[in-house]
Amino acid sequence: MIGIYLTAAVILSGLIFVNRKRQVNKLLVTLFIIVQWAFTIYEYYHKGIVELSYFKPDALAVLLLVTLSIISIPALFHSYEYIYPEKENPKTRSIYYAAMTILITAIGAAYLSNHIAVTWIFIEITTLSASALIFHRRNSGSLEATWKYIFVCSISLTFVFIGILFLSIALGHSGEQGLFFDALINQAANLNTFWFKLAFVFIFVGFTAKLGLVPMYTAGIDAKDKAPTPAAALFSSVLMNVGFVGIFRLYTAVAHSSIHSWANHVIMIAAFLSLFISTVYVLKVKNIKRMLAYSSIEHMGLVMLGLAAGGIGYYAAVLHVILHAFAKSALFLQIGQVYNIYKSKNLYNLGGYFKYNLPGAIIILIAFICVTAMPPSGLFISEFYIFTALFKGGYLFILIPVLILLTMIIWAIGKNFLKLLFTPPVNFDESKIEKVSQLETLSQFILLGLVIYLGINPPAEFVNLINEAVKNLIF
Amino acid sequence: MINVLLITFVISLLYISIANRLLTYVKILAFQGILLFGVAFIELIEINPINLAFILLETIVVKTIAIPMFLTYVIKKNKITREAEPFLPNFVSLIIVTLIIIVTFLISNSIADTHLNKIYFVVALVALFSGLYIIISRKKMITHVIAYAIIENGVFILSLAVGNEMPMLVNLGILLDIFVSVFLLGIFINKVGDVVKDIDITQLSNLKD
Repeated sequence: MIGIYLTAAVILSGLIFVNRKRQVNKLLVTLFIIVQWAFTIYEYYHKGIVELSYFKPDALAVLLLVTLSIISIPALFHSYEYIYPEKENPKTRSIYYAAMTILITAIGAAYLSNHIAVTWIFIEITTLSASALIFHRRNSGSLEATWKYIFVCSISLTFVFIGILFLSIALGHSGEQGLFFDALINQAANLNTFWFKLAFVFIFVGFTAKLGLVPMYTAGIDAKDKAPTPAAALFSSVLMNVGFVGIFRLYTAVAHSSIHSWANHVIMIAAFLSLFISTVYVLKVKNIKRMLAYSSIEHMGLVMLGLAAGGIGYYAAVLHVILHAFAKSALFLQIGQVYNIYKSKNLYNLGGYFKYNLPGAIIILIAFICVTAMPPSGLFISEFYIFTALFKGGYLFILIPVLILLTMIIWAIGKNFLKLLFTPPVNFDESKIEKVSQLETLSQFILLGLVIYLGINPPAEFVNLINEAVKNLIF
Repeated sequence: MINVLLITFVISLLYISIANRLLTYVKILAFQGILLFGVAFIELIEINPINLAFILLETIVVKTIAIPMFLTYVIKKNKITREAEPFLPNFVSLIIVTLIIIVTFLISNSIADTHLNKIYFVVALVALFSGLYIIISRKKMITHVIAYAIIENGVFILSLAVGNEMPMLVNLGILLDIFVSVFLLGIFINKVGDVVKDIDITQLSNLKD
């Protein structure tokens, strides 16, 4: 099935790229979504069956694939509202949609891949298609963001490749078989410690460019700021999960070897530094989109803390990644509407949103509660588990600073969002407000509803899948 | 013979750290391509001939001819001034690259692994770190692309170390090389010339907090 899916997706994106008519474009995009969903449902019912020898839909892959398919519907359809009628340019539109479909396909294939080199190839493809999206506006700002994104991501992926080479040196004569994640788990205990450590450091540093952690987080921030909001919604949710999948699968193998506690320390240092840096910037930043991008870094730092703490932290990390994807994509799509109304992303110019767009303002309010992890947000549950794991693991000296930093982040995000909602705007001409499509707001309500529902009352199937995803870590 | 070629490669890195003109950088890059051709030929002679031909063709066609020619074309087309404009004096660069070589050498001495030829490890890491150093110490964007190509050469050398057992990884490295170089150079530098007139990173520093 994955062979059919990849072929169909490539053909469809090729057709989208060639075609210049708006209606045909819509038809092809709808067709792509149908293919995407058919693929997702097929993989759900064929869990654990290896396909084309390199792809295996395990529980984690299925969970994230469903997340991807859900988020890709609003991201693709609401792009039509984003590409303003007056700026309608058939060429840029077809490039945009072709890049979107390729990005979604590559992300899905990277989730499913069971071989580290194949994961790496698909992540390389996500970089290339994402840069086409960042360059959508074709001005100097987007050019700068694209250049930085390609450059930092290329260097990071080179790091990952060096890590893979070290890993193959560590594997020695067991050859190419060992690069399969399944085989790697079995062999992890016998590997040469020195090379395995080097491999872990290089692969971890490389994937942080996608995941958004210290040291390579910088590229993602500019990308999320300058990309069109539907694309930014994908970047800050499902594309970050790609980095998570890469690190998680390698970490599962590391957990079976003697370098486990050492790797935990590396991850914990990176995660804590990410939290610290995101706090500093969230307090300082004036651009609302960049503020959200830094908030994503904070969440990924928490996920990695959960992973390093162990115990219930593994479960919480996977849960947090999924819920964060829904919450952050809804928020980014809403920021697109905010930008349509105010024509500015600077917090100085925003305000009085309740007066101009009531449903959107309610979304912002709910999303604020969701993103800062206050009850009833599902992120509250996962963060609570993460803190429990840190407490049980005896990491109090990490937990207390983290809680202080989180308090500061909640204060900063709250201050900015409440200003957007209630304070009267400065120099704002009310006569030129564009009408916002309420259909777009509906999909955001559904995404935020999922965040609350999956956290408070998770279906048994969902819990089983997460438990199955982390079963290799708990032994 | 491999040792001679690899040591020459390291010396070329020392030379690039003190080179002043952009065209010198490009020429060194082409020279490194020839060195890599030699190393790949001697090291991988036993693998499948078609695969070997592909790898050798890549070192000659892409690394030695295409990328340097393209860089020269970009430099001429965008009328980039011929100085490399480092932030630090050349003397300091030379000392730093020498330090990188010494430190990598000392680290590699602590490895107790018999089935790996250590010289590959040393040369690859030296290329990686001097490439990163050149990226942070030069002003023009085109030098960043050149430094990225140097890092790629280092990665290629490292992949040769495991190439006999896993030729697939060498091919993957080559794919990365072709993909990224085509993308960075082919599409991008042209666009940069259209939007920003003089290619200098000081003009790409508006996005910050």
